[in-house]
Amino acid sequence: MDITEDQIRQGEAEAEEQSRHKATFRAEERSRIQEAAIRARGRRKMNQRLVFFLFRAAAAITVTALFIIIFFMVKNGISAISWEFLTQVPRDSMTKGGILPCIVGTALLGLGAIAVAMPIGVASAIYLNEYARAGKVLRLIRLGINNLAGVPSVVFGLFGLAFFVTYLKMGVSILAGALTLGAMSLPVIIGATEEALKSVPNTYREASLGLGATKWQTTWRVVLPAALPGILTGAILGLSRAAGETAPIMFTAAVFYTPDLPSSIFDEIMALPYHIYVLATAGTDIELTRPLQYGTALVLIGMVLGMNMVAIIWRHRLRRRLS
Amino acid sequence: MTGANRGSTEKIMRRFFFGVATASIALLTMIMVFLFTEGMPIFEQVSVGDFIFGKYWYPTSDPPDFGIFALIVASLAVTGVSAAMAIPLGVMTAIYLAELASRRVAGILKPAVELLAALPSVVIGFFGMVLVAPFLQRVFDMPTGLNLFNASLMLAFMSIPTICSISEDAIYSVPNALREGSLALGATQWETIIRVVLPASISGIATAVILGMSRAIGETMVVLMVAGGAAMVPGSLFDPVRPMPASIAAEMAEAPFRGDHYYALFATGIVLFLFTLFFNIVADFIAHRYRQVGEASL
Repeated sequence: MDITEDQIRQGEAEAEEQSRHKATFRAEERSRIQEAAIRARGRRKMNQRLVFFLFRAAAAITVTALFIIIFFMVKNGISAISWEFLTQVPRDSMTKGGILPCIVGTALLGLGAIAVAMPIGVASAIYLNEYARAGKVLRLIRLGINNLAGVPSVVFGLFGLAFFVTYLKMGVSILAGALTLGAMSLPVIIGATEEALKSVPNTYREASLGLGATKWQTTWRVVLPAALPGILTGAILGLSRAAGETAPIMFTAAVFYTPDLPSSIFDEIMALPYHIYVLATAGTDIELTRPLQYGTALVLIGMVLGMNMVAIIWRHRLRRRLS
Repeated sequence: MTGANRGSTEKIMRRFFFGVATASIALLTMIMVFLFTEGMPIFEQVSVGDFIFGKYWYPTSDPPDFGIFALIVASLAVTGVSAAMAIPLGVMTAIYLAELASRRVAGILKPAVELLAALPSVVIGFFGMVLVAPFLQRVFDMPTGLNLFNASLMLAFMSIPTICSISEDAIYSVPNALREGSLALGATQWETIIRVVLPASISGIATAVILGMSRAIGETMVVLMVAGGAAMVPGSLFDPVRPMPASIAAEMAEAPFRGDHYYALFATGIVLFLFTLFFNIVADFIAHRYRQVGEASL
């Protein structure tokens, strides 16, 4: 069968028509896919917006909790604060008067705890950061420190009662309480000191060793002075934590009421956290002394958060200087 | 100074610092020894099984009952409920701080989280007792606002800072190349976070969660002041409970020295100590076993 030119032309036209059709079809399909992709992308973006909103809300809740607690304590406690409140002893079965013995007690316990924990904590951190080599021993020491950090505060209280108060016959005293709190703050001090030592650049050490100094000379004359501000920051944080603790001193140092300021480290003592607990749960007239409770809580918050703020600002400046 | 002298000083210093560094282990050992010596005598009166699974805690009745099952359940219940609130809030806050917040906002929020951690537990307990409890009682018409739910809520705000700051460190230390790779493949930021950043930092987050729960189970003042104090197995979220630390703190002052009640409280301390020891060892194990080392481990 012969094919006429006409038929050929027709065939070509048809083929052209078909391919044009295909091309438009492809273009349509492509744009449809693109649209779907854009829609999906939009959905994915929507999802993202929704989830990010939740993240922001979570952060907001966390921070709001802090401000709500502080707000209500300030609102209810500020009227109780006066010069007399801060400088007088409690009167009339602790329903009137001030909280001076509690402030003194908390300050003594906190400072005592730091005096115990600082030398041991700093020396431990020096070993961990400057001397120790990676291995089983180091791993064991770290496990010990981590677990010590996790021991519940009331268990420290039991330990203090059994060891310091009973076994070492210190009795319920400032000394027993400070030692118990010191044991509890040890991991905090070690952690903070290690961080401070780590932030000292290695070039300092190399320069000192290169000049012929021994490891100890380098640590004592170069590394420690450079790390000192960081170590002090840690000390402040440890102090504030020790000052705010209640359970470790309940059986070891604190009593409901003692009218006199302590004259020796073997005296029993009043302390702010325990005073709040006693007034709020077992006081003579719980409702009547409510303002005193708020006032005492506010003083404690002021002390603790004040120390923390100083430490945070100090650390912030340090980091900026080092970087 | 002669060379030999210097060498011996070095040796002495190294030994000295090593000796001091073992103080933490020594202390931990001593805590265990003293808990056990003061707590074990109770097991001459009660068997270990009866002590742990005994349903009745009437230490001052005659004859006394020393069963701490209700106290253990209470401790686990407040820890579990507070974890259900603190884990989402803490981890989400951490993600926000590490991935989304601008430098300035993070610079303000991070210290705020730290200050939340610094609030003394007795203050949070006091807050829960005098403000949250009456509020719950009024709004939900409960017989008492001092209950499992209130205590868990207060504990949640104590463990959020722990969970948040450790998680944030873990998320922050995920290498940026991983994020960039994911974004370059067309993933959105959220998809990058959930499919790349979180899987890479999951061991750190798990450690954070366990340490947060460990803090909650051992926390004393909050449960002492807010949980309500009834030594019963709770039937609902709004029942008063008496977790282990609360029982120890509340009763130690009245317990006759080295009497059965005293021994029983120390034995409760052993159980509490073992719980937190378990939590901490698991956290330590996870932190070491599944440590994120650069990009290679993905």
